[in-house]
Amino acid sequence: MKYKTLAIADPAKLIYGRAPRPIKTRRGMCIGGGLIYPELNFTLPDINIRKEAMPEIVRHYQQIVTEALERAAELEAPGVMLEFETLPPMTEHPALGMEVVNILLEGIEDAHDKYGLKAALRCTPNDNREFVRPPLMRSGRYWDAMLELFDQSAAAGAEFLSIESVGGKELHDDALVNGDLRAVLFSLCVMGVRDMKFIWDHIVAITAKHGVHAAGDTACGFGNTAMVLAERKMIPRVFAAVVRAVTAVRSLVAYECGAVGPGKDCGYENPVLKAITGCPMSMEGKTAACAHLSPMGNLAAATADLWSNESVQNIKLLGGMAPTCYMEQLVYDCRLMNTAAAEGEASALQMRDWLVKSDAGRDPQAMILTPESSITIAHAIVQAPSHYAAGIAAARAAVKILRETNEAGCLRIDAREAGWLDRMDDELDDMPHTEDAFIEEMMDEVDLEKFTPADYGL
Amino acid sequence: MSTIEDLKTAVINGRRKDVQTLVPELLESGIEPAALLSQALIPAMGVVGERFKKNEVFVPEMLVSARAMKEAMNILEPKLLEAGIRPEHTAVIGTVEGDLHDIGKNLVATMWKGAGFDVIDLGVNVSPARFIEAIEEHKPHIVGLSALLTTTMPAMRDTVAAIREAGHSAVKLLIGGAPITQSYADEIGADGYSRDAASAVDAAKAALGI
Ligand code: B12
Repeated sequence: MKYKTLAIADPAKLIYGRAPRPIKTRRGMCIGGGLIYPELNFTLPDINIRKEAMPEIVRHYQQIVTEALERAAELEAPGVMLEFETLPPMTEHPALGMEVVNILLEGIEDAHDKYGLKAALRCTPNDNREFVRPPLMRSGRYWDAMLELFDQSAAAGAEFLSIESVGGKELHDDALVNGDLRAVLFSLCVMGVRDMKFIWDHIVAITAKHGVHAAGDTACGFGNTAMVLAERKMIPRVFAAVVRAVTAVRSLVAYECGAVGPGKDCGYENPVLKAITGCPMSMEGKTAACAHLSPMGNLAAATADLWSNESVQNIKLLGGMAPTCYMEQLVYDCRLMNTAAAEGEASALQMRDWLVKSDAGRDPQAMILTPESSITIAHAIVQAPSHYAAGIAAARAAVKILRETNEAGCLRIDAREAGWLDRMDDELDDMPHTEDAFIEEMMDEVDLEKFTPADYGL
Repeated sequence: MSTIEDLKTAVINGRRKDVQTLVPELLESGIEPAALLSQALIPAMGVVGERFKKNEVFVPEMLVSARAMKEAMNILEPKLLEAGIRPEHTAVIGTVEGDLHDIGKNLVATMWKGAGFDVIDLGVNVSPARFIEAIEEHKPHIVGLSALLTTTMPAMRDTVAAIREAGHSAVKLLIGGAPITQSYADEIGADGYSRDAASAVDAAKAALGI
């Protein structure tokens, strides 16, 4: 474990727009340096992505970048991050992805020339390694193509590189639908941690080569899958909340390998990571309802340095094309929060606390991501001797927070979920003392057709 | 003496150990394997599905029941085969080409199994050719297609078209996934759609006219 202490130990300092380790962009945005900026993310409507469709695809991205940045400039946004999260064929065939990267970079340049708008590009290739089953995690054409797109996009001018990596997910979906915390810990803290180390050593080497920023990962495929399943009443919310706490251990590894942020928007675990690392973070909440529902639309903004909409299709809404409409919403949210902050620390804290209070008592996951809870979980993680122990400690801390806030009347927990807190405590009590013992036990239990242990150094 | 009702309750409550003792006991007492299936196991999963629909249980609890049913089926299946009894309905299901999302598809497969269908799961990223191959091999009554990405919806359309073009006009095609709607099903010529796993059984039955 690289981090032994917290960069932010005082909950009052865990706040939007400010991070102990801010990042400057080429055009002069300072992320985490006092302002919160919008981060726009967008995707295509239903189009089959193949070579012949490229002219139409190009038109979509040109329209998105031109219209959305024009609106951002009209609304006097102090700066904008664009995230290009590729669609799988665009990473599989880096030439397709690069065509879009170049369009977005041109759009960013144009907007700077025309309006003086400060904008930067985050490029997020897909982790397509699971297209083969069991996935080939450390070699093969999907791995090679992904590194190629990282490399080429950084060379072309993308200033930030991110990914939603999938290592450990082979077993995690089943762990979720079975409500199996032991298997969650194995997927995230044994498999996930090992794969993160492998992939992020490669990404950090690429960013160093091009002088760009390794911006961090997210346990989207783990924590958000759990959150969406809980929103659909498929798994208990308290279980999804505890899974979220554990995801922080996996996502942390990117920073241990040298990532500097801003962490990726869909990592709802980011407040915990901000407390540990001091790196700025992107978050998404109510303005990401276009992509998925969440139980903490306001709270997510409380500690964010970039405020994102996660993803929206380029379709026509009454106000304009959807990415432009979402740009407007993001700019207004940021403007309000920046106005509060400009009036001084007390106003900023007031604003933050309203964002937190309006959600925290209504949902277990929101409760474990308040500034206070995030710091409690962060503490539990940095005090642990290993990632394995950190996963257990994070889960325990989360269960404790849920139990205590519920008993104190600060958090509503559905009656049919109450028993799950005991169930999770029991599972945690039964965890072996050492990771080696845990691995030995799990290797007998897991389905070895689903993943290749050697790909995880197991 | 144990009864069929005891077996049904054991499956509803997901008590695998009880199922393991009850099934042989009931068979020994002279009850036909087919009766255990149709009077205990399928109705039990029906009850669990209903509870899930009403938000009374979570998926993990539903899956415990599904596993209990599977336990029973492990014992019953060889006997049913011996007696020449095959499931009345066969379904093939898969996530379309280019798409890796499978949590929803897996739940639909579980519910269909619970309703007594023989389900062949082709997995994810399934090409139209692979669907057609499976249709020719298993002669299913239903084929379920899942797509979660707007960018793989065209693959769903292509798969439906390819299956029809290959001359499989009788097989019922059911589709689902977050971006899918009834009107999309109508547009691409699918026979049915359902928005969640709980109603996927009803949708399949409606398409089959049972
Ligand atoms: C979990 C998830 C993932 C997981 C998938 C895990 C897995 N094994 O399935 C992971 C992390 C791997 C993933 C990856 C990606 N995802 Co995803 N994912 C989701 C998420 C959050 C939830 C999906 C889910 O499991 N829901 C729960 C299940 C139970 O519901 P369901 O799938 O809808 O299924 C129910 C019904 O639809 C129906 N049903 C489903 N299939 C069928 C079939 C039949 C026959 C019938 C009758 C009914 C039926 O019954 C089911 C049970 O109730 C959605 C968000 C959303 N709004 O859906 C995004 C989402 C679908 N993903 C999205 C994206 C963009 C991706 C990626 C491209 C991300 C990336 N940049 O890498 C990759 C694509 C990988 C690929 N090639 O497929 C986007 C899609 C946007 C778009 N353009 O369409 C979404 C909408 C999120 C977002 N807003 O950005 N994702």
